[in-house]
Amino acid sequence: MADTGSYEGMLAEVTKIPGHGGTWISVYLARPLGPGPFPGVVWLHHMPGWDEWTKEAARKLAYHGFMVAAPDLYCRAGTGAPEDVAAKVRAEGGVPDSQVVGDAAACRDFLRSLPQSNGKVGVTGTCSGGRHAYLAACLERFDACVDLWGGGVVMRPEDLTEKRPVAPIDYTKDLSCPLLGLFGEEDRAPSPEQVRQHEEELKRHGKAYEFHMYAGAGHGFFYHDRPAAYRAEAAVDGWRKVIAFFRQHLGGGAS
Amino acid sequence: MCTNILVKTELEGAGFGRNGWFRVNRANVTYDHPFHVDLEHAVTVDFVDEAGGLDARVGVELTLESARALARALLAACEEAEAYESGARG
Repeated sequence: MADTGSYEGMLAEVTKIPGHGGTWISVYLARPLGPGPFPGVVWLHHMPGWDEWTKEAARKLAYHGFMVAAPDLYCRAGTGAPEDVAAKVRAEGGVPDSQVVGDAAACRDFLRSLPQSNGKVGVTGTCSGGRHAYLAACLERFDACVDLWGGGVVMRPEDLTEKRPVAPIDYTKDLSCPLLGLFGEEDRAPSPEQVRQHEEELKRHGKAYEFHMYAGAGHGFFYHDRPAAYRAEAAVDGWRKVIAFFRQHLGGGAS
Repeated sequence: MCTNILVKTELEGAGFGRNGWFRVNRANVTYDHPFHVDLEHAVTVDFVDEAGGLDARVGVELTLESARALARALLAACEEAEAYESGARG
């Protein structure tokens, strides 16, 4: 709970760390000021790129007491306007899953290395970032994962590519941490049926998870900068769930 | 990337981008999440110079209906152009 009598501050900046394969990657780091200890969250951006909304989301979690590292997953394609960078990556068929997982692990280790860290790190993202977060939580060790309407967790065999060789659902047995999933009933990627299949797989492997399906919401219902997608009621409730879930599994409790 | 719908075509021409004219040698066409237009998915067309920088790009984001209308308009104009060039018109 915020306290109007308490000191409050935040640092938000771009820094560079060695990512997958030792390549230097750009990371947007948003963290509360003060000695901590603070839990960490790795935020994996959505398909439109390392954009304003992603950085805003990182600052929101930092306000609530988390140190957030949001890597530019597209930085190997070059630098420029986020739309130009994302357009290039889009034309190349996206970024390899293994590279994203490597970048996510590098961000986790970076957050843990900070003197204010409490040692716990979660991973999250929206859209393709939700899928990437789930993959990272299966292939690497995290303390909590939040999948925000990640499309492509369930994949048709014909959609597998060199960059996306395995459907994330097939890694479910390796999920390393509790999972929260928020989805829209009107979404098609993932569709309610795909969410149901994912849930069945989680049950089959005895994984700790919590899924919520919002009625009247489609894809991207947190995106207040996209009036057609934004659903205020679902977004308010969803953000509360995300923060509560990370607090429960990562600790922390500032503001 | 979210839909896996990506179609590319080689082109010859030029486009006017933020830094002036540049050679266009490819169009990347997708049906995916747009950057700007307020739709979940849109037909996106990026006219690019592959060898140019990231900003050698003119992008448009269209509704599916608009993309079909554009395709029809392009074909109609091409038919008329071919008739004109062959002397069958005018």
